[in-house]
Amino acid sequence: MRHTISVLVENKFGVLARVSGLFSGRGYNIDSLCVAETDDPTMSMMTIVTHGEDKIIEQIEKQLNKLIDIIKVTDLTKEEHVERELVLIKVSTENGRRAEIMEIVDIFRAKIIDVGQKSMTVETTGDEDKLNALINLLKPFGIKEIARTGKIALGRGTK
Amino acid sequence: MNKLNGAQILVESLIKEGVEVIFGYQGGSVLPIFDVLYDAPIKFIMVRHEQGAAHAADGYARSTGKVGVCLATSGPGATNLVTGIATAYMDSIPMVALTGQVPTPMIGNDAFQEADIVGITRPITKHNYLVKKPSDLAHTVKEAFHIASTGRPGPVLIDLPKDVSTGIAEYKYPDKIEIRSYNPTYCGHPGQIKKSAELISEAKKPVIYAGGGVLTSGASRELIELAEKTSIPVTTTLMGLGGFPATHPLFLGMLGMHGTKYANFAMVETDLIIAIGARFDDRITGKLDEFATNSTIIHIDIDPASISKNVKAHLPIVGDVRCVLTELNKIAQPPEITSWLKKINEWKENHPLTYKKGDGCLRPQFIIEEIGKVTQGKAIITTEVGQNQMWAAQYYKCDYPRHFLSSGGLGTMGYGFPAAIGAQVGNPDKIVFDIAGDGSIQMNIQELMTAVQYKLPVNVAILNNQYLGMVRQWQELFYNKRYAHTSLAMSPDFVKLAEAYGAKGIRVTEEKDVRQALEQAIASPKPVLIDFRIVEEENVFPMVPAGAALTQMIDSLA
Repeated sequence: MRHTISVLVENKFGVLARVSGLFSGRGYNIDSLCVAETDDPTMSMMTIVTHGEDKIIEQIEKQLNKLIDIIKVTDLTKEEHVERELVLIKVSTENGRRAEIMEIVDIFRAKIIDVGQKSMTVETTGDEDKLNALINLLKPFGIKEIARTGKIALGRGTK
Repeated sequence: MNKLNGAQILVESLIKEGVEVIFGYQGGSVLPIFDVLYDAPIKFIMVRHEQGAAHAADGYARSTGKVGVCLATSGPGATNLVTGIATAYMDSIPMVALTGQVPTPMIGNDAFQEADIVGITRPITKHNYLVKKPSDLAHTVKEAFHIASTGRPGPVLIDLPKDVSTGIAEYKYPDKIEIRSYNPTYCGHPGQIKKSAELISEAKKPVIYAGGGVLTSGASRELIELAEKTSIPVTTTLMGLGGFPATHPLFLGMLGMHGTKYANFAMVETDLIIAIGARFDDRITGKLDEFATNSTIIHIDIDPASISKNVKAHLPIVGDVRCVLTELNKIAQPPEITSWLKKINEWKENHPLTYKKGDGCLRPQFIIEEIGKVTQGKAIITTEVGQNQMWAAQYYKCDYPRHFLSSGGLGTMGYGFPAAIGAQVGNPDKIVFDIAGDGSIQMNIQELMTAVQYKLPVNVAILNNQYLGMVRQWQELFYNKRYAHTSLAMSPDFVKLAEAYGAKGIRVTEEKDVRQALEQAIASPKPVLIDFRIVEEENVFPMVPAGAALTQMIDSLA
């Protein structure tokens, strides 16, 4: 099963290497990993999407907690949370179907952030399903390049 | 405020941490540090290869309980420490490894003798540091010793660029340290401890399975108390040897791949395993699917990640073994297990550890038993890895904690001899014996010079069978006796070699000369290397083949 794990870490050099090294060294999977500084510049927040059996996920949490620079590990999958991902899609307009593309972009409440002679770049945020749906609809037009941020997530404010 | 250079700050900080001895080797990037060490009140042991420094610091740490410290230069000096650091990491040994580094402006430029040792050792250290400015040094040293020695201990590496060692900063050693992300749990959960006492009192066939955590936390006395109070028999891992007296009537010996039959029988039939500071390693469990299928498992360990990693624990207790056992002993009640103990004693009688005697051949088991007798079981034993290690574990009756030092997790050939040097430095009044093989001893033989130079009367018993014995044994059993590259018929004359280094060399080819040679060795103020020419194709039995269940023990060659 897929898990979204949020990891609060010390904002020091080498922390990302410790985390990614732990995953590669122990054969765990990383589906995506996002990291950036928090409001407190001494800390960074990582959101890691991984998958594996429950036993593996339990080990991932425990092994992460063992790293000295890791402050807090939360498996968000176990609780109510919100998650978002951002994608940029450079789609071909060479086939003269610009209007059709813009229609799809509208329906998804996505944005066109760059237009060129032969392509335009669409931006949207949402959950994974929405992003995949948009990508699938744009595929027939010819996707030239794509960049996804990977998921970021926070627990809901109900606690 | 006190202004010092980085090297002075480092050495002052080490003194504050109570460091008595450093094992290491000179080099370009550490020149400023050695310049300060030259007249510092810290003993320095110059090894002949940096791997020896790491193992010696490890042996010092295991035998004394203090943090071992090793020091090497940048690049090859640092990479030569790697095996020793990994050895300490696998066995949770507190160690601080100091490495020189090229000056900070040159880092990343492939400078002469540059290696990214922080990157290289990331997966084999508990934590590591690259110090970027001299003002960070004191704090870093304090943190490193704290992390190395607390919780589940382990090696911590500090990488010291040359310009950090020469740069000036104000020196003040921090009194206390707080790391917000590092707070090991020491006290076990009282509710869980209470539940474990209930499980113990209801058990019909309980076994205590104790590991290195007992030694780390200094809980031997508490373990003995628990066993005696409840009459529950105790088996230990290789790492746990000495944590429970081998001569105690409740002792079952070591379990697992080369464990005693009765320990393994007990693990198969038990209905309650009380795992104490042990981690259900594959050499212990054999085939996991068939391990302890009828048993409830209580698992006490300070490292939450060790719990339910390999074998699911029904009752986990995260905490320091000594703290947990102290609480448990207050409430534990003896279960009714008379018939279980009777059965175990029958197993002990019917399936003792044995080897062939009386045929005039010189056998390793006999030599190890003799070492036990000659030293009255009071020696510090180190082992190399392979048959020598398993025979030592089976036949040396170790009654005292921190007296049996062996590379359990990593299985490092070449560990025993430098570790013996470290142990002798830490315990100048004790007899230290490295039980070695003719293969392993050659992996760090150069340290003979170190032992001679520092007048360390370390004894080495080479169980010389002219083979890489354990691998040869596997070839005999599982590879149709095709002894591919395990012959050591081409070996040096160990007696002459010892003498060339200024040590004493003795050769023994017959049983009758064993005792005298051992006595001579102990009496000698010099390091002694005894070349015991043993039977060539002797095997370690019993044996659970790799991947087999504990019930599938091989006794001998049918």
